[in-house]
Amino acid sequence: MDLRFRDAEPADEERAAVDAVLGPPPSSWHGGRRTDEDLRFASGGHAARERRDLLLPALHAVNDRVGWISEGALDYICRRLTVPPAEAYGVATFYSLLSLKPRPARVLHVCTDLACHARGAEDVRRHVQERLGPPGTSWVAAPCLGLCERAPAALTLEAGAPPRATVHAPAEPAPGAPGGDQVLVAREEPAAEEAVPQAGDPGLVLLRRVGVVDPASLDAYRATGGYAALRRAFELGPLGTIREIEESGLVGRGGAAFPAGRKWAAVAAQPVRPHHLVCNADESEPGTFKDRVLMEGDPYALVEAMTIAAYATGCAKGHLYIRAEYPRATARLRHAIATARARGLLGEDILGHGFAFDIEIRRGAGAYICGEETAIFNSIEGYRGEPRSKPPFPVEKGLFGKPTLVNNVETLVNVPAILLGGGAAYARTGTKGSTGTKLFCVSGAVARPGVYELPFGATLRELLTLAGGTPAGLRAVLLGGAAGAFVGPGDLDIPLTFEGTRAAGATLGSGVVLALDAGADLARILLRIAEFFRDESCGQCVPCRVGTVRQEEALHRLGRAPRAEDLTLLREVGQAMRDASICGLGQTAWNAVESAIDRLGAFPLSVTTPTSPEPS
Amino acid sequence: MSVPLPPPRRLVELTVDGAPVRVPAGATILDACGGAGQDIPTLCYGDTLTPKNACRVCVVEVEGSRTLVPACSRKAEAGMVVGTSTERARHSRKIVLELLASSADLSATPGAAGWIEEYDARPARFGAQAATVEQPVKVDNDLYVRDYGKCILCYKCVDACGEQWQNTFAIGVAGRGFDATISTEYDAPLTDSACVYCGNCVEVCPTGALSFKSEFDMRAAGTWEESRQTRTTTICSYCGVGCNLTLHVQDNQIVKVTSPHDNPVTHGNLCIKGRFGYQHVQNVRPEPPARPAPEAPQDALASGSDVPRAASGSRSPGSAP
Repeated sequence: MDLRFRDAEPADEERAAVDAVLGPPPSSWHGGRRTDEDLRFASGGHAARERRDLLLPALHAVNDRVGWISEGALDYICRRLTVPPAEAYGVATFYSLLSLKPRPARVLHVCTDLACHARGAEDVRRHVQERLGPPGTSWVAAPCLGLCERAPAALTLEAGAPPRATVHAPAEPAPGAPGGDQVLVAREEPAAEEAVPQAGDPGLVLLRRVGVVDPASLDAYRATGGYAALRRAFELGPLGTIREIEESGLVGRGGAAFPAGRKWAAVAAQPVRPHHLVCNADESEPGTFKDRVLMEGDPYALVEAMTIAAYATGCAKGHLYIRAEYPRATARLRHAIATARARGLLGEDILGHGFAFDIEIRRGAGAYICGEETAIFNSIEGYRGEPRSKPPFPVEKGLFGKPTLVNNVETLVNVPAILLGGGAAYARTGTKGSTGTKLFCVSGAVARPGVYELPFGATLRELLTLAGGTPAGLRAVLLGGAAGAFVGPGDLDIPLTFEGTRAAGATLGSGVVLALDAGADLARILLRIAEFFRDESCGQCVPCRVGTVRQEEALHRLGRAPRAEDLTLLREVGQAMRDASICGLGQTAWNAVESAIDRLGAFPLSVTTPTSPEPS
Repeated sequence: MSVPLPPPRRLVELTVDGAPVRVPAGATILDACGGAGQDIPTLCYGDTLTPKNACRVCVVEVEGSRTLVPACSRKAEAGMVVGTSTERARHSRKIVLELLASSADLSATPGAAGWIEEYDARPARFGAQAATVEQPVKVDNDLYVRDYGKCILCYKCVDACGEQWQNTFAIGVAGRGFDATISTEYDAPLTDSACVYCGNCVEVCPTGALSFKSEFDMRAAGTWEESRQTRTTTICSYCGVGCNLTLHVQDNQIVKVTSPHDNPVTHGNLCIKGRFGYQHVQNVRPEPPARPAPEAPQDALASGSDVPRAASGSRSPGSAP
């Protein structure tokens, strides 16, 4: 690789931000000061290139400090990491939170996604536009910020040293003149347990500490049974631990519902070393915020669960990939990891058992697709967050090409509970096909939105009752988020299990339950879903890259005047996306719209137009 | 000299469209389909590149698989039952062709028109307002042209420029989704980029989005006629590697240089000299493409008289124009 740079110099501030992540430059070849030593300096090959995974952290560092990444800064990062500038540019332009054009240090992200839309996001957007002008630099319309229980939400990210993040949820217009400093009221962020109406309920398993135990105190965590599960794992040994997980019947909570025990066993059995653990905390499915509440309310539980998973599957290093829109969860986890490390619960010799493991936090940068289990590897490795084709599966070739265990936050947080009570006992909760309890993110037209924990098998009606009763004039419930499906008011007795929702033609997905009342503009919501997938498609495969655009165009037309041709077009393109896309994003992008047409009768054709080719 | 033989490969047997096919272990479904006489369209597949399986035009149905699988990259497995022309596979192929043809200009894509007809694809049904990747042609150097209005984002040029062949990394994929493009850093002109003008990206481009300036100009002038061209494979005389050059000659003029992909040493790759350094052979300054077409042969004859002069000139390398 013969790198060629254009002669752009980084500003001192940019250089300092990069050096804070990568350390001082070892030579003038890397952009440092020229010394005599440089005459006898050799750098190249694998040694020079093996730090590619620091590309995204370095880009973040500049973006966080200055607000955008100049050509000089990008060149400097490339020199330091031996990355071709064209590739680094491709990586940086992949992420919506990174800017390669000058912009103000402070950028307001106004959520316009489903849950916020149902709660007046349009008014917020109008207000912001009046004050700040058209979206682009000082404010942008953002995909779901994961603050759905306090919708409508907005987030101010301000570059600087240190960078600052302010959550506005619910977003309330601040009085003031156009162009003024304060656009939305800044308020103290409520405690995590405010999102958990059941907080303190002794029947809770996953949420039992949220609102009860100080999330910043390791002692408080240990005083409430924390790290007993890790000791139990050490007693059981790796194979025994995996056996418990298999017996528990735990399946992945990210949406695909793959048996966790089988995945663990497959990774543990791989002869290739090292093994990697990745915790997927890139919770980006619109309407989902359960992982944020878990990480903010009980961060040590995740740290302990990751340690157990690493012990069982033989991983020496864990990566916790968290979306950048979660500043508080990131801060709490950083603190939890640091204190656990200081107390010997992470590091070389955990609890004196000779087991070495550590966790590194990696922040996403605004890309829904990076929650896909292979896209997350590319993102961590410093490449564009594009999904890989499978096979090979992650258990065989994952992060850095090594066997990798990827689990979502909620899945992992089940692990301590399984080990403490035993897998068989865990499996007695819930149904045969879906064991244990599940977190549901209830938002939209309900009296008490928030995260609810219920044993699998409870019905949608029971869940809505907990959240303040079935709303009057309920039009529809979106299950599973933008990649999920709508059900109608007649479907409230669907059991909330993987098999029950599947039988009903829906999905549990990530646990989104978004209630829409009669006032909801269904056509607008469907259009928003299509826009979301168009924006978030990585662009790698044709069915998804162009198909999402064509579907959005058709939904625009349908919103004006339903025509049978457009419905046919939606179905045909949707079928190809489902059949031929590389990853789950394209394969599921059309699900929600399809279910709205089939079950809710969206876009009814008038009597004079030819009837839809599909049975209603 | 002895030629080391690779270890014998195990054969796997699978079924393609009902007929049993045996292929060596490690072969792809596409190889197996070729063996079974099935012609599956491909765009992002390159015979000298690792399959990216991005275009999805080669999808086939494999029994037991929830989704369709890309034939170009999925390895054939024993007992696999593959359907190349099932309704699902044909439907996806047709939609992919419609999506591509409605968003990019496929007029210079070999095979596209035939596939569109074969699969009854109707790209026009997305309406005149359908978003496209249409954009001005990038002409920023004398050797090749980038017409990204024809780009289907197959990643082949990026792979050829980067780690798979040239190791130059002058271009990458930038942006995301429908807005993704092939770009240098900050969309700088090629002349400011790391490009070494090997033209290996042009060699693999399946849609004519990348083309040699000579070909681009002649197409613009309407003088490009492939049927009148001869192809002569010879050996590059610039150095001792011995790369094969295929000279495309029209009217006694070299109009472009490619390289056979089955060359065991270079696999179709060349350097700037082999690819573009042929002017000394004909020693005519490129004329503006304003000549009326019928007179072209006479012109060629006239310029033919220059050839001896060029040959004598080529003995001293410094005299090349």
